[in-house]
Amino acid sequence: MKRRDLLKLAGLSAVVAGGVPGFLNKEVKAREYTPPPGALTAKRWGMAIDIRKCWEHPECRDCIKACHHIHNVPEIPEKKKEIKWIWKDEFEHAFPDQPNEFNDVLLQGKPFLLLCNHCEHPPCVRVCPTEATFKREDGIVMMDYHRCIGCRFCMAACPFGARSFNWVDPRPYIREFNPEFPTRMKGVVEKCLFCYERLEKGQIPACVEACKHKALIFGDLEDENSEISRVLRSRFSIRRKAELGTGPSVFYLIG
Amino acid sequence: MYNRDKVIPGIIIFVLFAAFPIWWGHGKSVPPPKPELPKGKCVESKEYMRAHHMQLLNIWRNKAIREGMRVYVSSDGSRYWIGLQNGCMKCHHDKSKFCDRCHTYAAVKPYCWNCHIPPETKEFKPPKRSALLKLFGIPERLTGNSSHHEYEEH
Amino acid sequence: MFEKALVGSRKYWLWVFFLLVLIGIGFLAFLAQLEYGLGITGMSRDVSWGFYVAQFTFLVGVAASGVMVVLPYYLHNHKVFGPVTVFGEFLAIAAVIMCLLFIIVDIGQTHRLFNVLLHPTPHSMLFYDMIVLNGYLALNLICGWAALHGEYKGTKYPKWVVPFIYISIPWAFSIHTVTAFLYAGLPGRHFWLTAIMAPRFLASAFCSGPAFLLIALLIAQKVSRLRIEPKAIDTLSKIITYALLANIFFFGCELFTAFYSQIPGHMYPVMYLFKGLHGHTEWVIFMWTAWIFMALAALLLVIPHTRRNLNTLVLACVLLFIGAWIDKGIGLLTGGFTPTPFETITPYRPTVPELLISLGIWATGFLIMTVLFKIAVAVKEARAA
Repeated sequence: MKRRDLLKLAGLSAVVAGGVPGFLNKEVKAREYTPPPGALTAKRWGMAIDIRKCWEHPECRDCIKACHHIHNVPEIPEKKKEIKWIWKDEFEHAFPDQPNEFNDVLLQGKPFLLLCNHCEHPPCVRVCPTEATFKREDGIVMMDYHRCIGCRFCMAACPFGARSFNWVDPRPYIREFNPEFPTRMKGVVEKCLFCYERLEKGQIPACVEACKHKALIFGDLEDENSEISRVLRSRFSIRRKAELGTGPSVFYLIG
Repeated sequence: MYNRDKVIPGIIIFVLFAAFPIWWGHGKSVPPPKPELPKGKCVESKEYMRAHHMQLLNIWRNKAIREGMRVYVSSDGSRYWIGLQNGCMKCHHDKSKFCDRCHTYAAVKPYCWNCHIPPETKEFKPPKRSALLKLFGIPERLTGNSSHHEYEEH
Repeated sequence: MFEKALVGSRKYWLWVFFLLVLIGIGFLAFLAQLEYGLGITGMSRDVSWGFYVAQFTFLVGVAASGVMVVLPYYLHNHKVFGPVTVFGEFLAIAAVIMCLLFIIVDIGQTHRLFNVLLHPTPHSMLFYDMIVLNGYLALNLICGWAALHGEYKGTKYPKWVVPFIYISIPWAFSIHTVTAFLYAGLPGRHFWLTAIMAPRFLASAFCSGPAFLLIALLIAQKVSRLRIEPKAIDTLSKIITYALLANIFFFGCELFTAFYSQIPGHMYPVMYLFKGLHGHTEWVIFMWTAWIFMALAALLLVIPHTRRNLNTLVLACVLLFIGAWIDKGIGLLTGGFTPTPFETITPYRPTVPELLISLGIWATGFLIMTVLFKIAVAVKEARAA
């Protein structure tokens, strides 16, 4: 046998040995898979935040506490590397491109609740090289933490700073964990997922439930009879950086 | 054959090296693992689960997370909530007595538990600092504050 | 042919050993990063890409620049570049490998790297970047090695290589264009959101890459019996000159658009980099160094007398390489992330382990380049003798 033939044969054997068993292993039984019964469903989930109610209770952090506890969001002391799903920031940071110098008294320094906007045309989804982040049919911009490679392209693409990266193992920074929900591990990106895991069980998002002042309204934007649709029709609201065309699904009621 | 004096010892060394697990473990036998099985039936037969649980879990996570199909209808028509923490581990109460026994025996290290929380977990361990991290002067905990802007409550 | 890399002078081996030490240190630092996570770096929630991605971007340019010697030779039959093309291709190989390594160290879940292949996603620019970079590596391996093997055997390169050579020319442009598209298509990042991002990338690549190649060739000439024709150097220096002028011109266009329109989002990143913003002046000294260096290099290159003088030519090349490296290797990245989406400033400084890992990758690239250049020089010496 010539050296060249031997090499060819060896290569072929390696392919067969490596490829075939994996191929045979794929058999899986199941009659079917179904969506969970009793789940809350919508055509396009959205949230309206009655921010004036928040201003009446500046000390209130119930929504943030509820969300971060239930989703095992770590408290990283180093601010540069922190992880947040829902948080407060001042008007001029939440809406940096709409400064109206004469509105100062009205809005400057006022806190706004920020979270993932679950955009209609999410740039984070467009850039993700593995479809680890994708848009569900109900409008939720979802994360599949199993698939994220940690390239952080989505963080560069998100104009709202809604995404956080696990620079280190987050577990040591979680004080009291929720055993029903996983943590994340180092090297993946995370963000608010509109409590998809609660919607499946027929529950509204944790932040909405936790708000005793009823400042958060969650519902189907495409159902004209939903509470959120009615309130958006009757009151003046703004969205963050709407001019970028991403189509945020989070609205701030200011009028 | 050219270079007989080098080729033959080379082959012998290679064979010895490749057969390392056999001659190293010679004479010692390790008892097969006995994972602790809960009472009642699993989503599929024991034999099937033993052979294919990872394939099933893999499909489950895609179905549940990516397609919203949270319910599994098994081959005998029973319905199960898909989930590692909220499905499997509701019966298999103890990861160390179930998962780990076989995985340790078979020397496979799935990293499910880097994110999913085993039922027996009471608290998370503080971070460790290895010799390697010490060498580069990396502190084990992220601490302190920076000049980064932060919302201050008024 | 590879045996040629195993015979060398004491100096050659000392240099190889030195590089291996740097690679070893970098590798240890990378192991520490694998254990600890990317928290080992200076990157943050706001500046979520840093030195690694910056080096990647810069080196894609160096890789693409190999085409600047291949193109004149094969498309315009510019004969004096004949002996030089293989060096351009070998430089590209080393640069692309560095690019891939910088991507590997930058991602958070290293072992999931192949998810990019398992779940191909055609709407992501990274998908195309992966294709063009690996394709470019393959093309240069084929073309470079086949051409040199031909020379080794005393024949011309085989016929089947020709189509690959022709494909490699537009392909070189594609790698840097796609890399520019990674940045240029992101809403809300005003510094990157510019239609001339790809042309700017190509211009800075086609001056810095050939400048590096020219220095490398002159070093090879010094330590071996390799002789580069003065005419080849003359053409190469002219290519560098025009590309550098284009680079400066494009930057001027950016400045005009930002400051004549007075749109804050477009002005702030430039102001942050060159003047400082809200008291943050981290990169001011670096950015001015970069552009003063490039301006000086342009002056030295435009004046025929100093361009033809080998000493001033080398000086110009060194200045422009450093300038382009700072501008693209750091300024572009931090400028894109500053101010943050909240119009705040989070300073970024690379950490020591981050720099050691980067140095290790640069050393890997230099090692690959040294070995390949050594083989090429040895083959050429053997033919000349």
